[in-house]
Amino acid sequence: MIDISEIKLSNAQIAWRAAQDIQDGAYVNLGIGFPEMVASYQPEGKEVIFHTENGVLGFGAAPAVSEEDWDLINAGKKAITQKPGTSFFHHADSFAMVRGGHLDVAILGAYQIAQNGDLANWSTGKGGIPAVGGAMDLVQSAKRVAVVTDHITKKGEPKLVESCTMPLTGVGCVTRIYSSLAVIDVEGGHFVLREKIAALSFDDLQALTGAELLTTKGVDALICPEALA
Amino acid sequence: MSEMTRYPISQEDLDMVKTVTTPSEVIQQIPDGATVMIGGFGGSGAPIELIHALIDHGAKHLTVVNNNAGNGHVGLAALIEQGRVDKLICSFPRSADPSVFVAAYRANKIALEIVPQGTLAERIRAGGAGIPAFYTPTAFGTEVAEGKPVEVFEGRSYIRELWLKADYALIKGDLSDTHGNITYRMAARNFNPIMATAAKVTIAQVSRVVQAGAIDPEHVVTPGIFINHLVEITHPAQEEELNRAEAVYP
Repeated sequence: MIDISEIKLSNAQIAWRAAQDIQDGAYVNLGIGFPEMVASYQPEGKEVIFHTENGVLGFGAAPAVSEEDWDLINAGKKAITQKPGTSFFHHADSFAMVRGGHLDVAILGAYQIAQNGDLANWSTGKGGIPAVGGAMDLVQSAKRVAVVTDHITKKGEPKLVESCTMPLTGVGCVTRIYSSLAVIDVEGGHFVLREKIAALSFDDLQALTGAELLTTKGVDALICPEALA
Repeated sequence: MSEMTRYPISQEDLDMVKTVTTPSEVIQQIPDGATVMIGGFGGSGAPIELIHALIDHGAKHLTVVNNNAGNGHVGLAALIEQGRVDKLICSFPRSADPSVFVAAYRANKIALEIVPQGTLAERIRAGGAGIPAFYTPTAFGTEVAEGKPVEVFEGRSYIRELWLKADYALIKGDLSDTHGNITYRMAARNFNPIMATAAKVTIAQVSRVVQAGAIDPEHVVTPGIFINHLVEITHPAQEEELNRAEAVYP
């Protein structure tokens, strides 16, 4: 097994790369935890409107410590702020935005992604207490569903697989994966490699991936700011 | 704070459309075995004083509908810790400190029905609107969909989900007028307006009861037709602040 610990992208770099693809004016939902980092790397000149399941659109950054208002939180229960353009709404309206196909992009974490776009990210199926939140709604109905993730698990097992062995969050829903080693699209039931880090050969990347990587679209270098490493 | 002028309650206001009562008085009517929707998302919008009154009252074998499963040892977590909840219907039984729920779940003292958050919201909305069932693509192909009818619309598969109704809803608003017309504060709105519609009896705690006319009708989120009882809690507790102070209830 190749040691990728020195060459893989940091979470900040993965989040930065994902942020570059969000179009100006998009309505975006970021999953709890790692995906929330994407909000920090919006390119200058683009305005993105963030949605949180608990009923806020167009919210601002976290407040200073001790200035939190606990009536104003995000889906991760962290304090946020309001700003010009913010709106509040109840939960059925919030999920009408999701289920009605009004949300442009949802970016989530993953346990496993299959080559047909199936996603497993809510339950390991190993006796933990299941907790799904809004993920099953988001992955079925956002216009574009992307994943930010390490390429392999902490034990070195591929997260990109032929078919998921963990309980599914949604079927055929993921269209792009931003991993710690590559940017990969899901097209026609296959993983299509679009970008990879230069320090890793294609063969080594394939060895760390649980299903065939196609290169039919041409493969670019995956370059992220070193300052975020 | 709301920009709206807040009027003090005068004696004339005792001629009210809705009764304003205390948590302990109004909660007494909740019997053992009731299904109770509790508003809030985490601590935001959680009617802590009503939940604590429910603990004091002692009703048991409750089925509770909430997005979460409590945090720390106050509010919903305290209700579970006291052994009052037989079943929890929620989307996300995790929190900063879910130890109370986890212990009850591991000991098989509480049943858990996991519902995707949008499906939970829509089931409640449907319950309030008298719609027995609806179809959604959410959870299609997952274990959550097992046993549920599937139908294809415009080439896509959808699963059937049923309405969700309750005997009681405990909700938290910001202002109410004497007609029970309610406003909310920021993200504390969340499940409160839809739960208010889906219960036989809805009990609302608000920070201030004002005269009819003091709330601009354009600003009313929950019209009074959905509200049965009002409780005024001038400075409601915030679950997050209680937990930071390591509070335990009772």
